[in-house]
Amino acid sequence: MLTRENTVNLLLALLLLVAPLAANAFGQPFYVTLATRIAILALAALGLNLALGLGGLVSFGHAAFFGIGGYAAGILSSHALSYEPMIFGLPGTVQMPVIWIVAVIASGLVALAIGAISLRTSGVYFIMITLAFAQMVYYFAISWPAYGGEDGLSIMVRNQFPGTNTMKPLSFFLVCYVVLLAGIGLFALIRASRFGAALQAARQNETRVATVGIHPYRIRLTGFVISAMITALAGALYADLNRFVSPSMLSWHMSGELIVLIILGGTGRLFGPLAGAALYVAFEFALGGLTERWQFFLGLILLGVVLFARGGLLGLLAGKAKHG
Amino acid sequence: MVEPVLQIDNLTKSFGALRATDGVSIDLRPGEIHALIGPNGAGKSTLIHQICGTLRQDSGTIRFAGEDIGALNTAQRAQKGLGRTFQVSSLAPEFSALRNVMLAVQAKQGSSFGFFKPVMRDRSLVDPAMAILERVGLADRARLPAAELSHGERRQLEIAMALALQSKAFLLDEPMAGMGPEGSKKLTGFLDALRREAPILLVEHDMDAVFALADRISVLVYGKVIATGTVDEIRSNPTVRTAYLGDHA
Repeated sequence: MLTRENTVNLLLALLLLVAPLAANAFGQPFYVTLATRIAILALAALGLNLALGLGGLVSFGHAAFFGIGGYAAGILSSHALSYEPMIFGLPGTVQMPVIWIVAVIASGLVALAIGAISLRTSGVYFIMITLAFAQMVYYFAISWPAYGGEDGLSIMVRNQFPGTNTMKPLSFFLVCYVVLLAGIGLFALIRASRFGAALQAARQNETRVATVGIHPYRIRLTGFVISAMITALAGALYADLNRFVSPSMLSWHMSGELIVLIILGGTGRLFGPLAGAALYVAFEFALGGLTERWQFFLGLILLGVVLFARGGLLGLLAGKAKHG
Repeated sequence: MVEPVLQIDNLTKSFGALRATDGVSIDLRPGEIHALIGPNGAGKSTLIHQICGTLRQDSGTIRFAGEDIGALNTAQRAQKGLGRTFQVSSLAPEFSALRNVMLAVQAKQGSSFGFFKPVMRDRSLVDPAMAILERVGLADRARLPAAELSHGERRQLEIAMALALQSKAFLLDEPMAGMGPEGSKKLTGFLDALRREAPILLVEHDMDAVFALADRISVLVYGKVIATGTVDEIRSNPTVRTAYLGDHA
């Protein structure tokens, strides 16, 4: 059965695939890169959407996980290229699957620590404490000269994925696209699962969840960690897209941007992050070409969304969200 | 004597100089409905909060099913089998009635860490939840979001969730509040049958319902239990009459 929302979702997914294919056929690799950027930002926001949209946890610190993913890619590849072993004599690597696993595990551990403390608070305090933790990670990166400090770290050659040449824009796009679709699939599964039910119920009514005997804290912490892991995966891809990672990936602007993507697209919606990322990158490109103050206009649009279209772009296209 | 399911001994809770719960001792025996009545501000809600674990007592003990639960949190007490409804309905408003009950069924099964199997295709959740909705007469409202149910239906849904937990005792906080006469009558009949499943501690202002249902009544005034007894004993108790019942009795 194809509901209106599923139709919109399908069209979005197809559009994101067809546009770069066409651009590539017409010899316009720039647009392929633009589509890759959309896919990666969508994945990062998808991760945050699990905590924010499903769990109601407004994390203002997801840049930390995005950046940890980015640094995982940068650090591992720099060691691989310099043949210098890392701690415990472990070698670096230029293989994306290995980098992704490291990114996901590292961010998961950090998220476990940050979440364990932050989730003892709620509301504004939660927003502030996640921001504070992310800023700690940010300043740590700035003051760590071994990996570029403030200047960041270049990735000389884009990391590799078995069976494709990731230096070709379209091939790299396809890798990111498949990872995004897998992420969306995972999000859909989790949302429909027992865990997803508990996480969403904890957002709607914490007391109710405790009254049936489910610990809201454990549910939220698990959600927060999974959310961070997905965002970190996107961070690893983002570093590879730019072939550069710097503390700016960890800054609070990035955390804010991820929240903006979700609000633009539709909070808690399966394809909200993709819709939001597409809209954001399109604005950045179209308005950014006209004026360097394009973010002023983005602000106006965001204001419009918050005031008149609470459901974001997906709310406009596909109507109100439905729960089973 | 049969051991009580819930036994509260000498419970005390103060807010500053106010003794909201002042040495309260009450118990709940198998198969009974024990009504807790008292004027507004008598400390009924404070007592309920302490039993459920949302407030911690200053001193005294709460034993439930043979265990001291005084140090457990709300979720742990619920897992022990303490089923509760709220004075103001507390549900997951965006979820359908069915999904609300399914949440309770899932909690009872003790597994909320399944990540991949869709709940709506899980017969072990849907079937029992549907059966309970049928029992409380909400089967035809199962797909409606809880927020769109009527006041009375939300109350029924809360009871359905307590049922799904297969509670060993029910703690019902003013279930009749805001119900029309028709609804009250229906609910009274339902609670009358419910006591066979598990005993009920009933906080209620609707005296018709209390007198119709209660096996025993405790009267709480200024944080103290001033009397406990059968309906007739309470009706004829002169202290209670002046303190609370007035011309009701």
